Amino acid sequence: MIKAKVLIRGDADGDGLRLDEPLSFWGGVDPVTGVIVEERHPQHGEVITGKILSMAHGRGSSSSSAVLAEALRLGTGPAAIVLDQIDSILVIGALVAGELYGATCPIAVSGAEIRTGERWTLSGESLTKAES
Amino acid sequence: MLAGGHGPGVQLAMKLLTAVAESEDAPRLIEIEGAHIDGCLFHGQSGIDLAKALARGDSRVRVPTTLNVASIDMLHPELFRGDPELARKSRELTDTYVGLGCQPTWTCAPYQLAQRPSRGQQIAWGESNAIVFANSVLGARTNRYGDFIDICCALTGRAPLTGLHTDEGRFGSIEFVVEVDDHLLDLDVFYPILGYLLGHRAGMEIPVITGLDERATEDRLKALGAGAASSGAVAMFHVLGVTPEAPDRATAFGGANPVETITLGTPDFSRAKEDLSTGAGPLGAVSVGTPHMSLSELKTLASVAEGQVTQVPFFVNTARDVLSEAERAGIVGSLDEFGATVVTDTCTYITPIIGDVAGVVMTDSAKWAHYAPANLGVEVVFASLTECVLSAIEGRVVVTDEWR
Repeated sequence: MIKAKVLIRGDADGDGLRLDEPLSFWGGVDPVTGVIVEERHPQHGEVITGKILSMAHGRGSSSSSAVLAEALRLGTGPAAIVLDQIDSILVIGALVAGELYGATCPIAVSGAEIRTGERWTLSGESLTKAES
Repeated sequence: MLAGGHGPGVQLAMKLLTAVAESEDAPRLIEIEGAHIDGCLFHGQSGIDLAKALARGDSRVRVPTTLNVASIDMLHPELFRGDPELARKSRELTDTYVGLGCQPTWTCAPYQLAQRPSRGQQIAWGESNAIVFANSVLGARTNRYGDFIDICCALTGRAPLTGLHTDEGRFGSIEFVVEVDDHLLDLDVFYPILGYLLGHRAGMEIPVITGLDERATEDRLKALGAGAASSGAVAMFHVLGVTPEAPDRATAFGGANPVETITLGTPDFSRAKEDLSTGAGPLGAVSVGTPHMSLSELKTLASVAEGQVTQVPFFVNTARDVLSEAERAGIVGSLDEFGATVVTDTCTYITPIIGDVAGVVMTDSAKWAHYAPANLGVEVVFASLTECVLSAIEGRVVVTDEWR
């Protein structure tokens, strides 16, 4: 079990998806499909839907909050986001989706080394990797 | 406000703002003097739903508030080639924001308007390039505000006291030493490339750039910031001896040592310049003015294009206010004669204006080059403004030897 700093409280579990570079949701994710569409991104083509999405921090557009909210509204968003560093643009996107649609996407900051394919559970301040 | 005394819309704004402030461990909220709203660009129903929820109870912004680009050019609506439903939704969203008391400025470069923030002013700005310009070049103070929180700040007149709002949160923390052939510093095209490199290498640190001089003009710093805020999360940079909070090393770094020093040489820039292009082939169109062109940039374009005619569609993005200034300055006629299409209120990389192009699109903007391939499905060639104009005249991609 690894401790996480909670930015938006909640419980989630899913397959980990670690991004090798920061991601701008706007211009980087198609909210209709949940696919990473930024061609220069190392994880171009991956799907974020239902994932425990792990990345250093966001980047780029300040519209990333709107695209995250839209993805959560449409059900294509991640199950949770685990960041290395705080990113308030993602926080407000998830907060608004929760407020308007009751869609949950907890966000936490943690040094947990989440690797793609591993199964992880976020529960409050605890991040746990499932035994394979 | 949180108790609902100012109406349900302002109550929601304060609720969301408080939740963000708590996630940031902000000790308190501070009063702000202005806001710039990015949330007026349509990304989906959630944007309209939130704006309408915030408008309940006749909510009005409490500080002067400008609006970023929209999805359609409302001065030239005939340029829009997309789904009419998207245009209708865009109108619904922008009308809601205007109804909240925001000014219909429709520009990503609010720092080019007559009224702009001054050094030390606390503001809440959205739009990544505007944020980095306000902090770095104007010395005003804003964090990276995303869509939705920007309007919450405007409706409450408050922002969380964290990060770039504080003295200690503004010191540089990573050093970039520019060591290049001196003539490159004379080229406009050098600066967006520098920004692009910075964004990739700076992470969440605040860069201090050394090795530049007074040739780093406001327009060039604008292009630098826009590049850095596209490839990375840069919200502020210092240029030693140039930007207002970096008169000397000690001031720029707050007396501390940088966590890392990165030297950038001419080969780094040449490589990054190539990376910004995604394709080659016949020239399909040209797009300049991302961020929106300033009056001085429009004058430069008009003088380079004077007496010539473009062979391909040539788009120039600017603000409606700057276009009015350009009309008064008498330079719009020469842009018309050149055959340029002036786009206001929006930008060609976020909305269907260019349409189907038979070939690559040339641009002088690192930001356009970064986003357009995914947004529009086009191949892009990044080049200088001069190369863009010469290529348009010849109808094929022309590369000059100015970089060598």
